[in-house]
Amino acid sequence: MSSATGATDVHRRLDWQVGTVTAKRRETPAACTLALDLPHWGGHLAGQHVDIRLTAEDGYQAQRSYSIASAPEQGALELTIERLADGEVSPYLVDDVREGDQLELRGPIGGWFTWQASDGGPLLLCAGGSGLVPLMAMLRHRAAAGAGTPTRLLVSARGAEDLLYAGELEELMDRDDRLAIHPTFTRHPPPGWMGYARRVDRAMLGEVAFDPALRPRCYVCGPTAFAEAVAELLVALGHDPALVKTERFGASGGGP
Amino acid sequence: MSLDGNTAGGLLAEVFAIDMTAAIGVCDHCGTRGPLAAAILYPGGPGDVLRCPACGGVLMRAARLDGRLVLEAQGVRMLEVRAG
Repeated sequence: MSSATGATDVHRRLDWQVGTVTAKRRETPAACTLALDLPHWGGHLAGQHVDIRLTAEDGYQAQRSYSIASAPEQGALELTIERLADGEVSPYLVDDVREGDQLELRGPIGGWFTWQASDGGPLLLCAGGSGLVPLMAMLRHRAAAGAGTPTRLLVSARGAEDLLYAGELEELMDRDDRLAIHPTFTRHPPPGWMGYARRVDRAMLGEVAFDPALRPRCYVCGPTAFAEAVAELLVALGHDPALVKTERFGASGGGP
Repeated sequence: MSLDGNTAGGLLAEVFAIDMTAAIGVCDHCGTRGPLAAAILYPGGPGDVLRCPACGGVLMRAARLDGRLVLEAQGVRMLEVRAG
């Protein structure tokens, strides 16, 4: 075994560790961000996730995966968690966890659904609901690295109040003419909204996705139905399947 | 409920010392070649089941028994990882 030298070291053992919640902020009515202090954190790449394990007093354990929202360049590790109505872990993390609480987790996990500024672009990011979380880590990393990678984000949310990081996305776009952000509101578009107000479809991707000839790196994250539909549409539009990476989560069906 | 091979990364890290989500596997049922991250994970029950995204055939099954993790991978004809 080689020694632990960080997220890019492929020969690194993954152990459970205990982190302390140092900050908690509400993002939307259903989601919050937890900042964690982890004494044994070896760094991560944008797009990776962690597993969180809760143990009840009777010993029963429940474990779920949550995407990392923070850029590798940020000091604290941040996770954004959306409450699932029938969830076993997320309601506790969103509603009950407080600053100072300890959580058991392991990570970072996943070397496939990752993007580094040195990978280049163009970069196409497609998010359904809280599928925005790992893609936000990529946008934050891109900004922190000062990368001018031409980037487009298509993000689907039910309504404006459900859109994660809305203020920060606007700031990022305002100061960067190589970043374009296209929200689509599928249920409750705000009054006077002139943008997209439907589920992601072929016409929308045809407008937002780069010309396939530019060979953009495409990252798609969202509920299973969203991720599969978007990935299939991108391939149908002529994008190289090898450049389309998906991350699916949650129960199939439904979605934003 | 189904997830994907990205989510299986933590589980597989208990067996393999390297990240397996980026590992390329070949399905023994249909010959499809792709990253394990693109496989479909059915968690729960007696154990987790990882299926081929193309044909639905079982690639791997993992079960916890008495403090041991048992991994069966008969459905993977070949595994290819980045050499460390």
